[in-house]
Amino acid sequence: MTQTTPESPVRRQRAQIKVRTLRTDNWWLAPLLTFLGLSSFLVYGVWAIFDGSYYYAPSEYIAPFSSPCLATSCPEGARFLGLAPFGDWYTLPPGLLILGLPGGFRLTCYYYRKSYYRSFWLSPPACAVQEPHGKYSGETRFPLIIQNIHRYFFYAAIAIGLILAYDAVLALIHTPTGLGTWILILNAVLINLYTLSCHSCRHITAGRLNHFSRHPVRYKAWTFVSKLNAKHQPLAWASMFSVMGADFYVRLVAKGIVNFPFA
Amino acid sequence: MSYKAKFKVWRGEGGEGKLEDFTVEVNEGEVVLDIIHRLQATQAPDLAVRWNCKAGKCGSCSMEINGKPRLGCMTRMSTFEEDETITVTPMRTFPVIKDLVTDVSFNYQKAREIPSFTPPADVRPGEYRMKQVDVERSQEFRKCIECFMCNNVCHVIRDHEENKPAFAGPRFLMRIAELDMHPYDVAERKDSAQEQHGLGYCNITKCCTEVCPEHIKITDNALIPMKERVVDRKYDPLVWLGNKIFRRKS
Repeated sequence: MTQTTPESPVRRQRAQIKVRTLRTDNWWLAPLLTFLGLSSFLVYGVWAIFDGSYYYAPSEYIAPFSSPCLATSCPEGARFLGLAPFGDWYTLPPGLLILGLPGGFRLTCYYYRKSYYRSFWLSPPACAVQEPHGKYSGETRFPLIIQNIHRYFFYAAIAIGLILAYDAVLALIHTPTGLGTWILILNAVLINLYTLSCHSCRHITAGRLNHFSRHPVRYKAWTFVSKLNAKHQPLAWASMFSVMGADFYVRLVAKGIVNFPFA
Repeated sequence: MSYKAKFKVWRGEGGEGKLEDFTVEVNEGEVVLDIIHRLQATQAPDLAVRWNCKAGKCGSCSMEINGKPRLGCMTRMSTFEEDETITVTPMRTFPVIKDLVTDVSFNYQKAREIPSFTPPADVRPGEYRMKQVDVERSQEFRKCIECFMCNNVCHVIRDHEENKPAFAGPRFLMRIAELDMHPYDVAERKDSAQEQHGLGYCNITKCCTEVCPEHIKITDNALIPMKERVVDRKYDPLVWLGNKIFRRKS
């Protein structure tokens, strides 16, 4: 290939169609909805970090955005396993300590990459719709080459998922009939399913192997994860809204706004 | 039931050209390629279109119908409204030879740049022994009919001609993944996928998967697994350390 610039002779030999796309369907709708969905998550996350009502002691509810609570400023019952490894010097909101891990997991997730490359960066906004950028280097260089650390966020997300499951079990023990308990359980299930359906998880279980027949247990695990992986997109959205919903519900209970019996 | 449909078809050579309007008869059960053939037979005898099997298996009649990459022979007219104007253009990533026929030699050049299947030196033809589970991942990729719509729709080269020398496109990154997953292939594929064939350009927006007429999960089953294998090789210090400690090859 000798052509190297957009104005090269070979580029001009393509069909010279001056419109960005000839698509006649509502191709803009999916990126718009994605933009709104992801933006709402970002806005809610920023608010939740700075909101102090994240723990409701009578029911042992802790908001997922603030769990595990590791700062000394956390109420004693809210501390994960009673620990507060960060001393008095740490005065910022406790959620800031841990949100980078699940946040990084979603930021580098292969599905979310697709969605925000399309809806925020318009690269491309939809298939066969011209992107507005003059140059493109993808994930070949800094900063996007950092996306390759996704598997380390996956390891952290496994731990976070287990902690959310632990929180849900604690709530179940203390308030088995509470609506919040079942919201936290549903959230923990969805978060863990989303984590297990991750492409890095699929690779680590056995995707990196070339001889499945020599590793039957890992092959079984890969088969299971592959089935989950096919649902990665719906699980990403379901778990995103469930974690927001569960977090918001706990805060409403902690603030006393929701105070009906079995809350 | 037949009706008269409105068509806009790209006519021209070497990139220069325009959309021409046609009104043409459509009969029940027909596909877009049938209509293009009727245009040839009745109104535009010099209209150029590449086709062969009319069964969605040869990959020849790739074109863009209402802006979407489609096979002309697999796009039913019944999917459009009768009063809808249907726009048919050539694939926009490749140079136009004439009308709907494009020069897809870019793809053949990229295919030649990939080293072929390389078995171990001590295994001779006839001695390969593989179980079905070991090869069925790669077999999905063998369904490819070489329509090149995935390469056509990929914005890396569709919107950026300058990336063509560095990027093989989803079709051939999938070929690399197929070979890298093969239990008997020993050629180095991971470094070259990243450094020579441009795997890092892929930002996994999945358009290749969306347009594949064979419904191959190109992104999920080929490109992302290949990206993960490249991470093993180039970016994961733990894997590197494990390989050193246990003296694994890759």
